Amino acid sequence: MELISHLGIGLEAVLTWQNLGYCFLGVLLGTLIGVLPGLGPVATIAMLLPVTYGLPPLSALIMLAGIYYGAQYGGSTTAILVNLPGESSSVVTCLDGYAMARQGRAGVALGIAALGSFFAGTVATLVIAAAALPLAEFALKFGPAEYFSLMLLGLIAAVVLAQGDVFKAIAMVVAGLILGLVGTDVSSGAERFTFGMPELADGISFVVLSMGLFGIAEIMINLERGSGRDVFSTRIGSLLPKREDLRQSVKPILRGTALGSLLGILPGGGAVLSSFSAYTLEKRIARDPSRFGKGAIEGVAGPEAANNAGAQTSFIPLLVMGLPSNAVMALMVGAMMIHGIVPGPQVMEERPALFWGLIVSMWIGNLFLVLLNMPLIGLWARLLKVPYRLLYPVILLFCCVGVYSINNSAFDVGLTLFFGMLGYLFVKLNCEPAPLLLGFVLGPMMEENLRRAMLLARGNALVFFERPISLTLLIASALLLCVLAWPKARKARDLAFQEN
Amino acid sequence: MSLSFLKHRDVAAGLLFLLTGVVVAAGACQYPLGSAMRMGAGYFPLLLGGFLAILGAAVLLRAFFSRQKHLVERLMLKPMLLIGAGVLAFAGLLGSIGLAAASFLLIALSGLAHQESRMRELLPLGLAMALFGAGVFVWGLGLPLPLLPA
Repeated sequence: MELISHLGIGLEAVLTWQNLGYCFLGVLLGTLIGVLPGLGPVATIAMLLPVTYGLPPLSALIMLAGIYYGAQYGGSTTAILVNLPGESSSVVTCLDGYAMARQGRAGVALGIAALGSFFAGTVATLVIAAAALPLAEFALKFGPAEYFSLMLLGLIAAVVLAQGDVFKAIAMVVAGLILGLVGTDVSSGAERFTFGMPELADGISFVVLSMGLFGIAEIMINLERGSGRDVFSTRIGSLLPKREDLRQSVKPILRGTALGSLLGILPGGGAVLSSFSAYTLEKRIARDPSRFGKGAIEGVAGPEAANNAGAQTSFIPLLVMGLPSNAVMALMVGAMMIHGIVPGPQVMEERPALFWGLIVSMWIGNLFLVLLNMPLIGLWARLLKVPYRLLYPVILLFCCVGVYSINNSAFDVGLTLFFGMLGYLFVKLNCEPAPLLLGFVLGPMMEENLRRAMLLARGNALVFFERPISLTLLIASALLLCVLAWPKARKARDLAFQEN
Repeated sequence: MSLSFLKHRDVAAGLLFLLTGVVVAAGACQYPLGSAMRMGAGYFPLLLGGFLAILGAAVLLRAFFSRQKHLVERLMLKPMLLIGAGVLAFAGLLGSIGLAAASFLLIALSGLAHQESRMRELLPLGLAMALFGAGVFVWGLGLPLPLLPA
């Protein structure tokens, strides 16, 4: 019953006209930007982050969470209507969603995606509310050694999830850790790798790095590949699934929700892992797997439920331990810091209204998502028909205004351009940028915890193996590495990514 | 010696990582290293730089022994230059010419990077976005940006 009283605290905090308004606005803006091809949740949140600076902390977080769900759903819309995944978590939605659109059932695919996401979001909200307290108590047992091992596990998980070559993915993680070093060293006050530039003394801003790697680089790739987009011109059709569609989707949605809620909690997990696993699962247990890729509604319902559940439960490591498990959560850390909130187990104790308010707002955000998208879907489809040659200058302008307004700094905009060029080069060299971003965020925390652990252990590195929780985490990391080295498992992983 | 081996994707990637790792490790040695118990500012960077160099060397070696040789795709210079010019003009001039004019410049310059770009589309778009930026960013969101030339 503690659960209900906690949710009560949250409801009380959220149910003001102001907060509901920001939640609605967040979902609306998130969907609007997320629908644009080539803009995933990371770029969308980074772009809209400055909008929330002036708000009170809870309103800002509510709005950001709304932006996140909106961007996620916007990505699915683009995937279904034009076969272009805005981000990697809607890659699998393209497969059957676009096939359904070609059969004139785009509306049903969009409808089932919205309903599945809403159901998954509701369940995942309850999972977070129920799991937060016990997990936070568990997290209090964590010392620096445990935190270090946990972050190591998260980074290795990110490598497993990256597409392509394992060596290069690990190198990208390390490169990210190194970029995280730039700026003033917290313990000694020494300025590291700033090349004498005062603008770098506070380190590289996360928004600058992610806008460069995911915003500008993406534009250049799209320009090069040409806009082979082909918007589905026939009518979208009825959004409401028929009884038969619902019957076929209920079980995939339930399975997707369970899988997504579980996988989202893992460090390095989140929406991407969840949607891929859900698709693979549905295909494997289907009576007739050959229907997949040709418009099977299960192939939309399962992954869409899973990616929303995973997107939501990936808040757990952040809220409970202060550890971001993916790039979006890293942005949320940045946003919380700006409002003077240090994410971690203490937030629940010290600011219960904020903590439970955020959790309740997740459900409300999902509700708005359904209410908003059902009537507005025609508008989103029309937005997709705007030619890319007119769209990308506007996207670029938003990126630049967003970056400039963080510190009113022209230097930051130039640095963003630099990372954009670097990101373009990485794509040319077949190196995926997502692991780099996670390394960048975890870098400073890893160094800090490594230092503290070694200080407490008087320089004895064995401390990481002597403490049971840390040892367990390290064994899990080692197992993951073994899985990567094992040729058969590697083939399965590559296959899963090549499904499209 | 021919430099054509640099065009291989993994050779280029490996070299990039190897060189970055070496530079970082060398840079880290400029800072106090400390001991394993009391790590100085250079300790962790030295570890990371060394590790990156080793990974780079591994990617490089494997590329030499691998039978598959993927070449680096050509970099498209025109979009890079035009987008770069637009962004730099925006960043450099925003303080002096104001948001409206800087937005217009960014759209007009970067918009040319598309193969099918047309000036008669870009000019009205730039004008519209200059007005939109003024309305939304400065009046709507209250971002502290100069709107008109100082």
